[in-house]
Amino acid sequence: MKAFTILLRRELGLAWGKGGGPLLALAFYACVVTLLPLASGRAPERLAVLAPGIAWLALALAALLSLERLFERDYEDGALDLLALGPASLEAVAFAKCLAHWLAAGAPLALAAPVAAVALGASPIIIPLLFLCALAGGLAFSFLGGLGASLALGSKRGGLLVAVIVLPLYAPPVIFGAGALDALAGGLPWLTGLVLLLAYSVATVALCPLAMAAACRNALD
Amino acid sequence: MGARTPHHWFDFLANPERFMAFSRWAAPVLGGLAVVLGVAGLVLTFAVPEDYQQGDTVRMMFIHVPAAVMSMFVYLCLGIASFLALVFRHALADAAAQACAPLGAAFTVLALATGSLWGRPMWGTWWQWDARMTSVLVLLLFYLGYLALRSALDDETKAARAAAILALVGLINLPIVKFSVEWWNTLHQGSSTLFAAPENRLPAVYLWPWALMSLAYLAAFGALWLVRIRALVWRRKARALALRQAEG
Repeated sequence: MKAFTILLRRELGLAWGKGGGPLLALAFYACVVTLLPLASGRAPERLAVLAPGIAWLALALAALLSLERLFERDYEDGALDLLALGPASLEAVAFAKCLAHWLAAGAPLALAAPVAAVALGASPIIIPLLFLCALAGGLAFSFLGGLGASLALGSKRGGLLVAVIVLPLYAPPVIFGAGALDALAGGLPWLTGLVLLLAYSVATVALCPLAMAAACRNALD
Repeated sequence: MGARTPHHWFDFLANPERFMAFSRWAAPVLGGLAVVLGVAGLVLTFAVPEDYQQGDTVRMMFIHVPAAVMSMFVYLCLGIASFLALVFRHALADAAAQACAPLGAAFTVLALATGSLWGRPMWGTWWQWDARMTSVLVLLLFYLGYLALRSALDDETKAARAAAILALVGLINLPIVKFSVEWWNTLHQGSSTLFAAPENRLPAVYLWPWALMSLAYLAAFGALWLVRIRALVWRRKARALALRQAEG
């Protein structure tokens, strides 16, 4: 447990400190949210319909792009070898990395998502739900993204490869979250979507570390 | 597992030499079977009467539905082969996984393309964000991810294991994708009336071409799969041989 706390602190330090930290993810998020209305036209009634979906999907992209080098750094400088030999299992290492990414990027993005949605013209009643969806979905985005990053270890073309691996896996959480938001906007019961999203996130948190550890062991062989 | 006497088809085929001996005649037999069944199926496809609602386009079904079934069946094969390759570190299982992924992607593309061609006259649109079509599209993305990962890593054994992990993750995810897309579709008041599925109440006259074409697709997949596995086994042998020669 002590090893895990130290590990988590190290990862958090890296995620917050190095290379811009959450600011970079937030800046990317702001860029995407700015460019989308430029592409789809600025008619307010049209934007208002699209706003929750845009804010939600851009979250997935921002989470994905900020974690492609989650394992690569440690793999290249040999730290991953040391971590594999250390007291904490590779599963715990992977868990700590993804959790730190969620705390450093997922949580700030969850705060930014409602702002973006309302700025685009969505009704303010979606603010609490969008925040909850972004928090819960962010977990799934971080852990699935970490899985993609660990599988792509050692390849020459990281970013695009991770995106191609991970984005299809993002389909269920994107659907569940968008479904809940859509239902709320349409005055329908929205709890099902949120519960399904939570269930999916919990499952990824439980299962992805196993796959990530297997992928890291494979890369370190 | 080598020394045991084979008492199961998997044990039997797990031995590379026995597999090569078996596939040597099984591949052409399956290929011939595919041609015969395919020709018979196509003849029947064009011989059946027009559907009272769909007209001539009902013939599309016999090309399209088996391709859609195969796209999922091949992913199942990919998942099982990847599991065997990962757990038993069996080279032949890995070759089987590597060999079937492009075939599965091809079946998926065929299903999407024929579905789109069928949709145009039937629903007046090339594409509907309908539950089934969407999940088949995501399936294609899974295949593409597998192929991309497999070709992105230089080290063959590492690429094989990483791709196998991804294939298993995809296998777990596919039912969830299917469920989520269906859930999403009911929410959006989907096109379920458009999909008053013809195969749900398939008249007997359409059953024969459908069954023949399905078996033809299955046999063709079996033949191509075996041929591709054989080619991979040979390629690995040739590489090992070249390596040994280079080492002197």
